[in-house]
Amino acid sequence: MILFFILALVAIATALGMLMSRNAIYSALFLVLNFITVAVFYLLLGAPFIAMAQVTVYAGAIMVLFLFVIMLLGAESLSGEFSLQKLWFPGLLALTLAVEAAYLLITKARPVGDVLPPGAAANEAGTLVELSKALFSNYLLPFEVTSILLLVAMVGAIVLTHKEKRAPK
Amino acid sequence: MVPINYYIVLSAVLFTIGVLGVLIRRNALIIFMSIELMLNAANLAMVAFGSIFTSKDGQPIFSGQIFVFFVIAVAAAEVAVGLALIVEIFKSKRSIDVDQMNSMKG
Repeated sequence: MILFFILALVAIATALGMLMSRNAIYSALFLVLNFITVAVFYLLLGAPFIAMAQVTVYAGAIMVLFLFVIMLLGAESLSGEFSLQKLWFPGLLALTLAVEAAYLLITKARPVGDVLPPGAAANEAGTLVELSKALFSNYLLPFEVTSILLLVAMVGAIVLTHKEKRAPK
Repeated sequence: MVPINYYIVLSAVLFTIGVLGVLIRRNALIIFMSIELMLNAANLAMVAFGSIFTSKDGQPIFSGQIFVFFVIAVAAAEVAVGLALIVEIFKSKRSIDVDQMNSMKG
């Protein structure tokens, strides 16, 4: 319980740090910390495979790509980005969203139960085996479609950035 | 143990911070990172919900985790294409300020 609150505090603080820092590199590093914190939450929830995927894919690959692009563009900061006059309307919208979510959670959501404690059925050594059985039987078609999606994304990124030698007109 | 509601509240808070980031920042890269944060908040909610349901014989159900796995894959694809687009925009406009991207305004 205490662990949950400390981790939640770290997650929210790093998300706010990502939002507030003027330098985009600091934002990216805060976001890496946030992703790692969420990975620890996945471990607490009995999902070790997703936790590892989160660390490798999100905190590893995706954020390295972000940092690479930030440094490539040299676009660490934009001048005059924050102004309090511009802040109130989006702040109002976000506050409305938060109040709506809180209202629904308080009034509509029934407490359906506690999350599984670590060491319960979800956290045994067979978890990964069971997960992969489900992934490759019931979810085989979405899995293959995901591979096609990744291929399309790769081709799209190459097409977008590749400089083609055009024939002179 | 921690009730599920706490995880859902945390997920909602993270999602709201992501929305706020999209709304108030003008740097396209930071807006993109905020979108990643929102995806991550939704993932956290899905894993939390998935961890409380078991099948009849007590075995855990992995649908939530598998869906999160797909979301991570889609996020990776999205980042690859989106960053390529941002690089192209920077090449043509020398800026990634989203307020400058108004050349299609009628």
